[in-house]
Amino acid sequence: MDETRDLSNDGQRRVEATPAAEALIEELKAVHGPLLFHQSGGCCDGSAPMCYPVGDFKIGRYDVKLGEVAGCPVYIGGQQFERWKHTRLIIDAVPGRGAGFSLEAPTGQRFLTRSALLDGEEPACPT
Amino acid sequence: MAYARPNTDGSLVQYKSRYANYIGGEWIAPAKGNYFENITPVTGQPFCEIPRSTHEDIDRALDAAHGARRAWGKTSPADRAGILNAIADRLEAHLEKFAVSETWDNGKAIRETLNADLPLTIDHFRYFAGAIRAQEGGLSQLDDNTVAYHFNEPLGVVGQIIPWNFPLLMAAWKLAPALAAGNCVVLKPAEQTPATILLFAELVGDLLPPGVLNIVNGFGVEAGKPLASSNRIAKVAFTGETTTGRLIMQYASENLIPVTLELGGKSPNIFFSDVMARDDAFRSKALEGFTMFALNQGEVCTCPSRALVQADIFDAFMSLAVERTKAIKMGDPLDPSTMMGAQASNDQLEKILSYLDIGRKEGAEVLTGGKRAELGGDLDGGYYVEPTIFVGQNKMRVFQEEIFGPVVSVAPFDDLDDALSIGNDTLYGLGAGVWSRDGNTAYRVGRAIEAGRVWTNCYHLYPAHAAFGGYKQSGIGRENHRMMLRHYQQTKNLLVSYDPEPMGFF
Repeated sequence: MDETRDLSNDGQRRVEATPAAEALIEELKAVHGPLLFHQSGGCCDGSAPMCYPVGDFKIGRYDVKLGEVAGCPVYIGGQQFERWKHTRLIIDAVPGRGAGFSLEAPTGQRFLTRSALLDGEEPACPT
Repeated sequence: MAYARPNTDGSLVQYKSRYANYIGGEWIAPAKGNYFENITPVTGQPFCEIPRSTHEDIDRALDAAHGARRAWGKTSPADRAGILNAIADRLEAHLEKFAVSETWDNGKAIRETLNADLPLTIDHFRYFAGAIRAQEGGLSQLDDNTVAYHFNEPLGVVGQIIPWNFPLLMAAWKLAPALAAGNCVVLKPAEQTPATILLFAELVGDLLPPGVLNIVNGFGVEAGKPLASSNRIAKVAFTGETTTGRLIMQYASENLIPVTLELGGKSPNIFFSDVMARDDAFRSKALEGFTMFALNQGEVCTCPSRALVQADIFDAFMSLAVERTKAIKMGDPLDPSTMMGAQASNDQLEKILSYLDIGRKEGAEVLTGGKRAELGGDLDGGYYVEPTIFVGQNKMRVFQEEIFGPVVSVAPFDDLDDALSIGNDTLYGLGAGVWSRDGNTAYRVGRAIEAGRVWTNCYHLYPAHAAFGGYKQSGIGRENHRMMLRHYQQTKNLLVSYDPEPMGFF
């Protein structure tokens, strides 16, 4: 399989954005044009959704498209997807500073990924 | 008795109200004249202004670095070592001041900056001062007439992007080997924690020829990107996370330059049954090793954020581990009795809270902690999280993604193979810990864990003479150790014939 997997229409709502995130996305689009998100992992600003102009970040063969928020595609690395696939990503915006090269850093807000279990998912470990 | 807060009477640290960039040995205002407020996570209040630089400032710093690089690259190793030692001496003479600044800028407890960040930073400069003098090239006699000489040459001008968790120490990790090897540097501090590295430039700038060290502040997208994507750097070094790591490699590929990347981990800390065999100093050391997840508020790339405990001791060990964790004293980070301080930023706080939320939703059990800490007074404006222990299983998100907070996720294992299977079931491979009284067990596990460093019967030691870096998605290359010099050097081979006769082909 040589093409990025697209799960936009697989029957699961895998990603959504809060009104605060949608407002910030519109603000950034007005300045930078079409945008995309790539969910980061690892340390420092890891776990943050990174926002870039379309074309700036090269989407790879193993990335997975989770869906779109405010017209922007949202991707995650394939291996990371395997470990996150039972959860829905909820992109929010909070006051903050900096996240790699993500476009929103200078605005004083940053995107943040909150998460919920996908519909129908049982907790991994019953309490 | 707490250290006086910076910018108050009697404090060791008096910040300027506004800083400039350090370029070519001078303090230069950002080209566009824009600044941003630098906030202390201790109270959430701003305390100085930092340049919001752009590509014009990066270009100016690159001009300065290129102007200096030929002369600097030809200085003798002894001269460069002398400068690095002088940097270390001056920093040591101002250790307390820099510890206070680092605590104020980052939020970490002063006992850590006094006893870890600063001493390690100082030693790092001394280590590479020694390493560069001891480094040798190579000479190979290929046959009676032919010799291959291998020289180590500096790369030239390098770009370095520094993280916010150990702002000065991580800068030293990158600067010391780069400068020792004869490179000029353009360095971008993290926008969350730029202050102490600017005090560093004020303190030691005069020891280096102008242009050898250049510091340009600003946001990643506005200053980091023009640096990382510039065709005037010979290498880029970055510590951060995976998506930005990919982007930096992508930019580097456009210019065909090397990268070193350190991108984090989800380090397993593995405790075998025999840890509990006796109630002695070793058991106490192992419990301290468990509690190391709270060091630096968990904002360490090698945070032991997964603890794997052998099933037959699980309840007994965890009961002691919870007790040890509950004894962590939170409070004013400038108070030397405080054991854990503030998270570095509001967004970091929010991210940690979002993980506490998904951990619960996935059914992980909270043994202690699990929420924001309210410490009273103006500390309520700061970013504090209770040390938190989750018990769950390795497929949960809190076991799979670096939270970068004082949060450990604990699971039991049955035997050595099970410990390895769980321990290696992660995207990352930066660090690991193994605890056992049996040397054979510790050795076997240490060799089989897919991680760049396996602390064995210890954790969170960072000596300059031990290589640090990741397997798998944790990064590329190593830091620390003499070998780091090679990440900042080009190899020049002179292939010399001492044979007066032609080869005979033509």
